[in-house]
Amino acid sequence: MTSVDTERTVRLTVNGVPRETTVPVRRLLSDALRHDLGLTGTHVGCEHGVCGACTVLVDGAPVRSCLVLAVQADGAAVTTVEGLARDDGRGGQVLHPVQEAFRECHALQCGFCTPGFLVTIAAGLEGRDPAAQITDEEVDDLVGGNLCRCTGYANIKEAVRHAAAAMGDAG
Amino acid sequence: MTTKLFGEPVRRREDARLITGRGRYLDDIGAGALAAAFVRSPHAHARIVDVDVDAALDVEGLVAIYTYEDLTGPLAEPLPVLIPHPQLHAPRTGYPLANGEVNHVGEPVVMVVATDRYVAEDAAERIAVTYEELPAVVGVDAARAAQHAVHEEIPDNVAARHHQETGDVEPALAASPRTLSFTQYVERSACMPLEGKGVHARWDADDRSLRVHTSTQASTSVRAAIAAKLQLSLDEVEVVAPDVGGGFGVKIVHPWPEELLVPMAAIALGREVKWTEDRREHFISSAHERQQRQEVSVGFDDDGRITALDVHVWHDNGAYTPYGIIVPIVTATQLVGPYVIPVYRVVVESVYTNTVIVTPYRGAGRPQGCFAMERTMDRIADALGLDRAVVRERNLIQPDQFPYDHHLTFQDGRPVIYDSGDYPALLGKLTALVGWDGVDALRDDAEARGKLLGVGMALYVEGTGPGPYEGGHVQVLGSGKVLVSTGLTTQGQGHETSFAQIVASELGVPIEDVEVTTGDTRRFPYAVGTFASRAAVMSGNAIALAARGVRVKALRIAADVLEADPGDLEIEDGVVQVRGTPGASIPLRTVAVLSNPLRYAFDEAAKQATQFATHDDTKPPVAEGDAPGLEHRDYYSPLRSTFASGAHAAVVEIDPATWEIDVVTYAVVHDCGNVVNPMIVEGQVHGGVAQGVGGALYERMAYDSDGQLQNASFMDFLMPYASEVPDIVIDHQQTPSPLNPLGIKGAGEAGVIPGSAALASAIEDAVGRRITSMPISPTELYDLMRSETAERTAASGRRTGVDA
Repeated sequence: MTSVDTERTVRLTVNGVPRETTVPVRRLLSDALRHDLGLTGTHVGCEHGVCGACTVLVDGAPVRSCLVLAVQADGAAVTTVEGLARDDGRGGQVLHPVQEAFRECHALQCGFCTPGFLVTIAAGLEGRDPAAQITDEEVDDLVGGNLCRCTGYANIKEAVRHAAAAMGDAG
Repeated sequence: MTTKLFGEPVRRREDARLITGRGRYLDDIGAGALAAAFVRSPHAHARIVDVDVDAALDVEGLVAIYTYEDLTGPLAEPLPVLIPHPQLHAPRTGYPLANGEVNHVGEPVVMVVATDRYVAEDAAERIAVTYEELPAVVGVDAARAAQHAVHEEIPDNVAARHHQETGDVEPALAASPRTLSFTQYVERSACMPLEGKGVHARWDADDRSLRVHTSTQASTSVRAAIAAKLQLSLDEVEVVAPDVGGGFGVKIVHPWPEELLVPMAAIALGREVKWTEDRREHFISSAHERQQRQEVSVGFDDDGRITALDVHVWHDNGAYTPYGIIVPIVTATQLVGPYVIPVYRVVVESVYTNTVIVTPYRGAGRPQGCFAMERTMDRIADALGLDRAVVRERNLIQPDQFPYDHHLTFQDGRPVIYDSGDYPALLGKLTALVGWDGVDALRDDAEARGKLLGVGMALYVEGTGPGPYEGGHVQVLGSGKVLVSTGLTTQGQGHETSFAQIVASELGVPIEDVEVTTGDTRRFPYAVGTFASRAAVMSGNAIALAARGVRVKALRIAADVLEADPGDLEIEDGVVQVRGTPGASIPLRTVAVLSNPLRYAFDEAAKQATQFATHDDTKPPVAEGDAPGLEHRDYYSPLRSTFASGAHAAVVEIDPATWEIDVVTYAVVHDCGNVVNPMIVEGQVHGGVAQGVGGALYERMAYDSDGQLQNASFMDFLMPYASEVPDIVIDHQQTPSPLNPLGIKGAGEAGVIPGSAALASAIEDAVGRRITSMPISPTELYDLMRSETAERTAASGRRTGVDA
């Protein structure tokens, strides 16, 4: 096989920054982000799409990056946990309300699953009317697809409510 | 800003990096390192006839292939039996790479090193291993039947026969007014941290130094094991536990084959080498726990008071016994719980099976012990027609009986003497919290909705904080920064926060100035490890003692400068001051500078400590018996473990159409003595309960009779999502430990211990059929309800007016 068959150059906009990397066609998006682009905040927990630790946003939607080839994401905008906070314009960062809430509510212990929860919940909260009081069903829906082995989820759910309230206040 | 932070729900200091993607877990380390992958046995029991690597040799990017034949010296010997015990009469451990025989699916046979993991797996796939299959022994009953042997020279499959007794149980049973005997089972589950294991090694040939990062719970002992196995001097090896994505016990085992083979390859190849375990590997080649067959005979009187207890446990230890018989000992000794057991005998036969090794998983034998004891209580209550809470209450150790000696020997070789507790109060809080006395109304309400409702409870006592020791080092720098280190490791427990709280409180410094390092042998080389709910008890107290040492020294130096009596000084917000005399003060950072007499003023602050800036020429700059620097190292080594306690209750609602089991209430009362950070302790309880519920209702390692694990993925091994974990209500009690300076007991494992016992009790209460095996799924419950031989409880007969 020639390298054209086995490798491709992939262009992504990662956390707002245009990135280009040449990867084997079989490279998972999770591995490309972690090992080719050096964004190790995205974690790999099962490599079969169940745990959700590797979740990133592809064009704004949560995607399990262990189930997507890097070449499939060519041209897409990808947001990882490293891209959730925004610059404060003074050289520092302002955490996303979900990040703040996770810290405030003790919603993480070992932190390995946390990036997947954070990006999933951030996308979910940003896609809803911030003025509306969040319901238990919405909370369950936002946290229900990711595995955490440390927290028992109670504080993660609390963090979702906390973040939703903060985004409502800000809105 | 306050510096008295002990007992406060301080927000975690580690979170800042973990919520922004700046954590540093094992696979985040070593970009560009060579990658290792393993050929693992597909058979549960087989002889290796041939290993043919030829087809792998032309894989582009292949760097090296290792088989058993490539191992030399101590590496070619079996892995260590980490915890020898006189009753472990037939210990067996595997080799780093299989030596002619494999004893479980997943056992490593060949290691491949290549330019990346994809390529390493390509090469591994092309390696042909020829096996001659042998009969597989799967499950505790097959091991016990011993039709086949796991290890040829151990025909009865028994690795150890652990035996303890506190009196002559047979006459005591014979003399008991009533007796009961029954057999029950607990199935296999596993820790399943979201991050698997992993090892990265870097050898510096010029420096002759090896740096190993490993996702471990015991970095100092991994270091010692690597040095011994690779024949290096201890000072040539550094081991660091980076951020670790959960452990729950599985990462206390060491050295894993990979922890030796990856460094071996790094040295041989002169390149960085890394192995990151994938999920299937974690299922089939790390460790499981929990499977036991329990045969219980109990004697009791007409009031339900136990007179004698005789327990025979068959414990499945898997293919090998690297961790000795710790889990059987813990089951045997923690089984007695919060109860007075006048005569107790326990025998645990630990048996080999051709399945993954069994080593501690959070609770480490306690959930099984609790299951045996608490289900015994339920049976006594059922036989006598008494309330289950009443029977428990009548058997409890009373508050005035502490210290209470069970006359047993614990997992640390020390006596099981409970240091403190108040079990009647625990039980009282539990029945109030769950609404025990109002359950009949709930039952009626559920029945009106076509549901079966039941309630159950379980109590436990957990020996925590076993020795032999941990240490702590506290150093105040001239910048005012306070460096704290301890050798044990962290897997999410928040040690950076709770240990900083202890130092801030003891030393009187702002927590923002405190930096805690754990699990790095470069910073603190003496340690035991993180297991048995011991980190806060052991390292917490060691660090407190170290901080106290620093405080004494700081006050002495400050007293000289301030010309005051050390007894009149206090430290607040990092400033030493004469109590009640404003202005007479010196910052702790200046004391740190003065503690180190200098010749050279390398920065502005250092000038204060140079030889022409100080004036006392009557004594040497460093006094006899003193040392430069404002630092102190200390150790905490307890006489014996401290015993935490707790009580859980669950209300379940069962749909008789689907037999789905819904946990509608889960109540926890928890006593771990003084609490450093209640937010963190409550988080530990939540996580433990989730694992307890998972172990009771969902998780099981489904081996077939050939020893193939049928559910080795997250799709098929059902760990709870948020939808499976009930809301938890918690009440607290604090009976401080008299054994340690801080009065604390461990909290890490507690939440998981009574889950299966409490839920079995609740399900049994709801359906009126005896639950004798956990976990239980809706399908199994359906089968039980349809079974004509399933035992009905006497309580269900009384409730319906039909005799059981």
